[in-house]
Amino acid sequence: MHKSRTTLTVISLAAIVVVVQLLTHCAGKEYYLTQMIMAAYYSIVVLGLCLVMGYAGQISLGHAAFFAMGGYTSAILTTTSFSAAAGTGAGRILRGLGVFVERADLYGGQLVTVNPWAAFLMAMLLTAAVAFLIGYPALRLKGHYLAMATLGFGLIVYRIVLGSEFAGSSDGVTGVPEWRICPGLVLGGSTEYRVANYYLAWGVTLLVLVLLLNLVRSRVGRALRSIHDGELAANAMGINTARFKLQAFVFSAVLAAAAGCLLTHYNGGIGPSEAGAMKSIRYVALVAVGGMDNLLGGLVVSTVLTFLSLRGYFGTYDHAVFGVILIAIISLAPEGPLKPVAAWFKGFTVRKGG
Amino acid sequence: MSEILQYIFSGITNGGIYAIVAVGFSVVYSTTGVLNLAQGEFVMLGGMVAISLLNVVPLPVAVVAAVAIVTLCGCILEMLFFRHLRSHSILHLIIITIGLSIVIQEVALHVWDEKVRSLPYFTGDECSSIKLAGAAISPQVLWVLGAVAVVVVVLQVFLKYTLVGRAMRACSANPDAAMLAGINIRNMRTFAFAVSAAMGAIAGCVISPISMTQYDMGASLTIKGFAAAIVGGLGNPMAAVAGGLLVGLVEAFSVMSGLPAAYKDAAAFAILVLVLFVRPRGLFGTRDAGSVREC
Amino acid sequence: MRTLLGGLAGVLAVVGMVASGVVETFAKEELKAEPPIKIGALFAVTGPAANLGGPEAKTAEMMVRKINAAGGVLGRQIELIVKDTAGSPEKAVSFAKQLIEEDRVLAIIGPSTSGETMQIKPICEERKTLLISCAAAEVIVNPVAKYVFKTPQKDSQAVTWIFNTMKDMGITKIAVVTGNDGFGTAGKKQLEELAKPAGMEIVASEVYDKQATDLTDIITKIKAARPQAVVNWSIVPAQSIVAKNMRQLGMDIPLFQSHGFGNLKYVAQAGKAAEGILFPAGRLLVVDELSEDHPQKKVLAEYKKDYEATYKDDVSTFGGHAYDALAIVVEAIRKAGNTQPDKVRDVVEGLTGFVGTAGTFNFKADDHTGLDLSAFEMLTVKDGKFTIYKKK
Repeated sequence: MHKSRTTLTVISLAAIVVVVQLLTHCAGKEYYLTQMIMAAYYSIVVLGLCLVMGYAGQISLGHAAFFAMGGYTSAILTTTSFSAAAGTGAGRILRGLGVFVERADLYGGQLVTVNPWAAFLMAMLLTAAVAFLIGYPALRLKGHYLAMATLGFGLIVYRIVLGSEFAGSSDGVTGVPEWRICPGLVLGGSTEYRVANYYLAWGVTLLVLVLLLNLVRSRVGRALRSIHDGELAANAMGINTARFKLQAFVFSAVLAAAAGCLLTHYNGGIGPSEAGAMKSIRYVALVAVGGMDNLLGGLVVSTVLTFLSLRGYFGTYDHAVFGVILIAIISLAPEGPLKPVAAWFKGFTVRKGG
Repeated sequence: MSEILQYIFSGITNGGIYAIVAVGFSVVYSTTGVLNLAQGEFVMLGGMVAISLLNVVPLPVAVVAAVAIVTLCGCILEMLFFRHLRSHSILHLIIITIGLSIVIQEVALHVWDEKVRSLPYFTGDECSSIKLAGAAISPQVLWVLGAVAVVVVVLQVFLKYTLVGRAMRACSANPDAAMLAGINIRNMRTFAFAVSAAMGAIAGCVISPISMTQYDMGASLTIKGFAAAIVGGLGNPMAAVAGGLLVGLVEAFSVMSGLPAAYKDAAAFAILVLVLFVRPRGLFGTRDAGSVREC
Repeated sequence: MRTLLGGLAGVLAVVGMVASGVVETFAKEELKAEPPIKIGALFAVTGPAANLGGPEAKTAEMMVRKINAAGGVLGRQIELIVKDTAGSPEKAVSFAKQLIEEDRVLAIIGPSTSGETMQIKPICEERKTLLISCAAAEVIVNPVAKYVFKTPQKDSQAVTWIFNTMKDMGITKIAVVTGNDGFGTAGKKQLEELAKPAGMEIVASEVYDKQATDLTDIITKIKAARPQAVVNWSIVPAQSIVAKNMRQLGMDIPLFQSHGFGNLKYVAQAGKAAEGILFPAGRLLVVDELSEDHPQKKVLAEYKKDYEATYKDDVSTFGGHAYDALAIVVEAIRKAGNTQPDKVRDVVEGLTGFVGTAGTFNFKADDHTGLDLSAFEMLTVKDGKFTIYKKK
């Protein structure tokens, strides 16, 4: 696909985003946007995981942990009261820099908390550092060992947030404030700025898509794909496979954390279930169904399925639906269901044209 | 002193449970190279089926019948989902076992329900224990350890001295050569799944009195058993047992050392990650046991 | 190109889906003249809290069938929209918004766990929708949110009952083991806060996981601290393991449990080890022992009979919480005489002497639990059954 195609893809997606909004507006069913916003943030995780699984050929069963790290870090920093610390010398400096801000909580009490921007940055840095520490040794392992190491890591994070009082134990963190990104744009769950949030969420998601589409078509992308096709050969060609894999892993972890951060502000809180193994598996399922090395497919599939799941269409069979999808895809169409459809479509048009 | 012994007993109790799950992994892995993440579901099914059968038949019959039924399930699952698989990449195999595990669990939820059940203690009752130097251990733990021992011994004898067992080992060592030698690899794979399902079912029955049986118990047992199998060394039943006991002991001693019990599971997984990074073939694994094989 | 086509096909699917949803709802709205009263329900029917959400959802569904069969409320049928949250807060958030904005429910009953309730508390408050939670944690109603109520008894009252019984027995040194779920965490907090004023010393405190296989290690640690009694505060089945392990280690000190033990299944799991366990709970579990003139007798006996006949299963206190939540909403609608949300909420807040399964509710502006110490009774286990504990 050429650069112009990328532009075309993104423009048509953007158009669809606008059309969906207008459609819901005209019909007076704007509440559909709530789940579309949440689905957009989850899709960012899937896009990042696509890079790791589809392009670098590595499996990560711990991406929910990165999502949770982003969400929890910003949730904790923006809800914990630093009143005492803010009075000290260093605290005053931080306050001057805008790291600490004063705000009122739900019940009218005054709090000194960390500015959401600063919390976001800290969450990104923390996740990048942890992903590097985990990825560095883990990516030297092959196949299922990496899956196990990331699963183990994910479970450790889950146990820590579940067992620690600072993370609210099983209740998670609630009362996360809205994030005033710029005048007129507030990231939060209130109905009044839902439309703005919808465009914000999809703007960010499409931005990530553009970034990744360009990445996989660059030298880095070719290198990653060569790792996927045959690591030994790639190595022999002089590609530093370990470095590329690590970069892809850390980058996708940071994307997951960013998504976690944004969704936590939107929902106003986060709970330990976001860090659970089941969530990690869900992301893997969505990537697999999207077709592994198909960013667009991953985005579409994850948006549709997450949207349906969040609206409760699967009822008590929510998990079962994902399990069945996993089995069906791998048994029937391991390259993803969209590929055969696309191939059929292409064959159809070619035959017609010729 | 008796307190330390008590912690050791506690570690052995949990460790024995992890070990018997871990052995099941080993069998499938060493024969087929598949890491069966649905192993814990066999454990759950074994317990559930036995409990249901207990309404009509006495305990020993229920256990035997449950093992037979779950073994059959293992065969069917392999034939339905693995035999005709077009892709054999590790990624796909891991994903499909995860899918199976989720579906089995959901089916169990709708067949049985969310309530907790258990088999009665094989000997004694909920309160009885065997005292040793001031420490106590439930007789059911001895049943678990006994089951582990019997399973491992039978498995070793089977793999070493029977034709089928040797064929299984051949598949593990070199599938292509085994095929050339006239071994039906597909049947061997089905057989391996049957054996591991049987082991899961045995595990499900012997641990049910201790840890009870609920539809969602499988996933956490899978993960613990898995950790045990990897810490010990994949592909070798003895190593899996050692790994299981080790993980159990690590948990018990993490509690003893004053670490809040909330982090006890984190400690177990930390050991797993550490072993993976430092010695990926496991503490007691051998290099040729298929543990470094890349499919 | 392939990817592009595939992608676009999927995108079109999204658009189509939204569009069809829009059309569908349009079509529906024209039909009925007297629409049913919509009540939302968020229960963890599956997932880690399924042993709470399961009976809750069953109870609510059973009640709605019964009410509708008897002609409904104010001559209108009740439509119960049950959503399975699987115990995850993010789903609770999504479903709560959906129920409020889309289904325009009059009130929401549930969620089953305190974590979920805390996540949707601000949502219901902002959107002015009545929420009657089935989770026990005290933070749900403290600080009080105008639209948020709960039906389970207060943790602090359960703790008070336990400590009072301990005082009678001359116990001052206790150990605490709690589940790591929302129920356990909330209980642990209350135990720690109230221990000192009650003259109790907590000599050891540990938590355990729902998926625990054996807890001898934790019990060993507890035993070494030499407490005079153990409080085991949990709502998950694993709490039976604590009882078994204690007896196996030869600890015969009294074991106190929380109202989360109110499920005969847990007694059956602990078997002989359950004998003599003491725990405060509502009277649902000992309805047969109540005298005929006890104010709760009629409600409890009826609920027990209905539930057991419908589902061939023992009642548990969890289902009772859903019973109370729905009953309160229905009673409020009846008293308000209409379905104006704010009117109904005001009636709930002013509800006094309302008999439920958990006790007699007397809501006040600053008390959204509405139950006092008398809602509890100290129970004990005798011959595998619950019975009222009598002081020796």
